[in-house]
Amino acid sequence: MASMTIAKGINNGLRAAMERDPKVVLMGEDIGKLGGVFRVTDGLQKDFGEDRVIDTPLAEAGIVGTAIGMALRGYRPVVEIQFDGFIYPAFDHIVSQVAKMRARSLGKITLPMVIRIPVGGGIGAVEHHSESNEAYFAHTAGLKVVCCSNAEDAYWMIQQAIESDDPVLFYEPKRRYWDKGEVADVAQRGLLEANVVREGTDATLIAYGPMVKTCLQAAEAAAAEGKNLEVIDLRTLSPLDLDTVAASVEKTGRAVVVHEASTFLGMGAEIAAALQQRCFYHLEAPVLRVGGYNLPYPPSKLEEEFLPDLDRVLDAVDRSLAF
Amino acid sequence: MSDNAVAGATSVEHEDEVLAELTAPVPEVGDGGPEMVQLLTPEGQRVENTEYDEYVKDLSDEDLRGFYRDLVLIRRVDAEATALQRQGELGIWASLLGQEAAQVGSGRAMRPQDYAFPTYREHGVAWCRGVNPLNLLGLFRGVNHGGWDPNEKNFHLYTIVIGAQTLHATGYAMGIQRDGDVGTGDPERDAAVIAYFGDGATAQGDVNESFVYAAVNNAPVVFFCQNNQWAISEPNERQTRIPLYQRARGFGFPGVRVDGNDVLAVYAVTQQALNAARSGNGPTFVEAYTYRMGAHTTSDDPTKYRVSAEVEVWKHRDPIERLKSYLVHTQKADQAFFDAVEVEGDELAVAVREGCLSMPDPTPESMFDHIYVEEHPVVEAERKEFAAYHAGFTQEGGH
Ligand SMILES: Cc1ncc(C[n+]2csc(CCOP(=O)(O)OP(=O)(O)O)c2C)c(N)n1
Repeated sequence: MASMTIAKGINNGLRAAMERDPKVVLMGEDIGKLGGVFRVTDGLQKDFGEDRVIDTPLAEAGIVGTAIGMALRGYRPVVEIQFDGFIYPAFDHIVSQVAKMRARSLGKITLPMVIRIPVGGGIGAVEHHSESNEAYFAHTAGLKVVCCSNAEDAYWMIQQAIESDDPVLFYEPKRRYWDKGEVADVAQRGLLEANVVREGTDATLIAYGPMVKTCLQAAEAAAAEGKNLEVIDLRTLSPLDLDTVAASVEKTGRAVVVHEASTFLGMGAEIAAALQQRCFYHLEAPVLRVGGYNLPYPPSKLEEEFLPDLDRVLDAVDRSLAF
Repeated sequence: MSDNAVAGATSVEHEDEVLAELTAPVPEVGDGGPEMVQLLTPEGQRVENTEYDEYVKDLSDEDLRGFYRDLVLIRRVDAEATALQRQGELGIWASLLGQEAAQVGSGRAMRPQDYAFPTYREHGVAWCRGVNPLNLLGLFRGVNHGGWDPNEKNFHLYTIVIGAQTLHATGYAMGIQRDGDVGTGDPERDAAVIAYFGDGATAQGDVNESFVYAAVNNAPVVFFCQNNQWAISEPNERQTRIPLYQRARGFGFPGVRVDGNDVLAVYAVTQQALNAARSGNGPTFVEAYTYRMGAHTTSDDPTKYRVSAEVEVWKHRDPIERLKSYLVHTQKADQAFFDAVEVEGDELAVAVREGCLSMPDPTPESMFDHIYVEEHPVVEAERKEFAAYHAGFTQEGGH
């Protein structure tokens, strides 16, 4: 057991993967000497050299496109996209090429690559630095999409993502980078398993990434009022671990999905639809969603109003319990 | 046919040389090389240049003092904004320190009907276009995404996604072309566009695509690259293997490197490029060779990737000191003038600070405004939901 921040967890996880497998290479803007703008790759270029921690030109299509080529040649590239809002120049490569290569080649080609994206708001940034775009990629068949929420998962999930022979979009909750947590010496679960982070009986809160902490705080506050909430950290968005979610909702009868992304066609829409199909007879209330509004991410002075907070989660819980 | 083959064979050696030269790494802290257009040395001595002198020959002493005033005032705004960020009043700030001449020289070369597409550091160009500095601060304070009307001053909103604006600029220029506002010979009518971007941006696909579009359309656009030597932590040699201005040739239009710390030279070179565009001669790539004296933004730590000796070299090339010594030894300005500009700077700084501190936070409901032209049911439903939710708190006794 060791205690570390999420950023350090990823850093240590990358280091472990690179030590294990010489084919693992890191690529991205400013990841070398600077250690990335969030310092997640701090010290790695110093220890593994410029050939394995590659400072790329400022071009995201180039980063992902060349990573595809490296993967075709047998490397395992782990690319860093500096901010969520800068993934779009590479979007075409991810959805048209990365996602489809295996099917197109009838399974002859694998693309074991990881695309790391700091996600979400809450850090007072200017525009394009606070987006939640996981649904675009979860919507695209051929990709795995995961999101860590704590140091333990940061450390183990990044290694599992690198070990995966399928391409993985790896989201990192940027406003939680500096949150500390305990990291166990062995992985506690697989990459594609949801985690019940708090047991409860009255309703299930379903979240991932930055919202897991918010939901745990909400559950804490609800407990003070005698409400007993279960909290699930999804961890994997595609494929979705519906078994874990459904088991919980069948127990509690109520579900509230919480994410930062806009609700319209977001992860919550998929989860609500899947739950009503699977757990219809167990549901005491409609599955509710709490998310960002269906607006462009606002100027940072308004992000606290825009992003779901503890109060909005509790409000939804009350509405659910009122049915 | 066979003759050609023989001719080809004999020139191989020469080709190797050319290739070697073209692919040699760009020196890390160069002085821009002999190809760089300069009208004022770092010591403020006027250098003759037969090609570009004509673009500055009509400048009056007052014009020159005006350049100086611009340089000092925008540096002052920048310093105040940096201080405000340190005090928590701005979320982040991208300083233009060191790049004042590149921005003022090019900004002053524009005519009112020209249009500028900036990135996020063009505070000096905004200044020349008459955009209120407080608008720039608003973006970095997080109260809006810019807040000025781009069409009022022909100065587009800041673009944070690297390189995207170069395509917008090119398309806008193609519009000017279609409106017949190119090559009429009427100085009030002929218009051009100027697209700003950094050296790092030249790696982006968008920027290269904009070069292709501008070239094949002969669009009236000037690509103005401020090569400040760094893209966050990445030096030039991580972005390019040939001097940037030489890239233009491969796309089929002229490229020129200008001393970006020499406001006169920048003014002259940009004039020429804008004139060419306005008169129908198509795009030009201008590489303003300059230096980012400070951090990339207030979130950056340059000590992790660059040495202070480099900064020292560039201090010696300071754009303000250079113009000042020229104005002094040619007696185009006296101490009273410099003192007056100083006072004006102090007053401007106070106004910027007070304006920033008294900038109202946007009302929460305002985030539902301006999303669509026509009323949108989802936005309206959420607006109501939002209002009702907040009204609930008020009833409970405040939020
Ligand atoms: C598409 C995109 N990728 C990454 C970033 C993050 N980023 C902001 S500024 C910057 C470096 C820009 O360097 P350069 O183009 O040289 O301009 P400078 O800031 O030096 O003026 C980077 C990588 C971004 N804003 N947009």
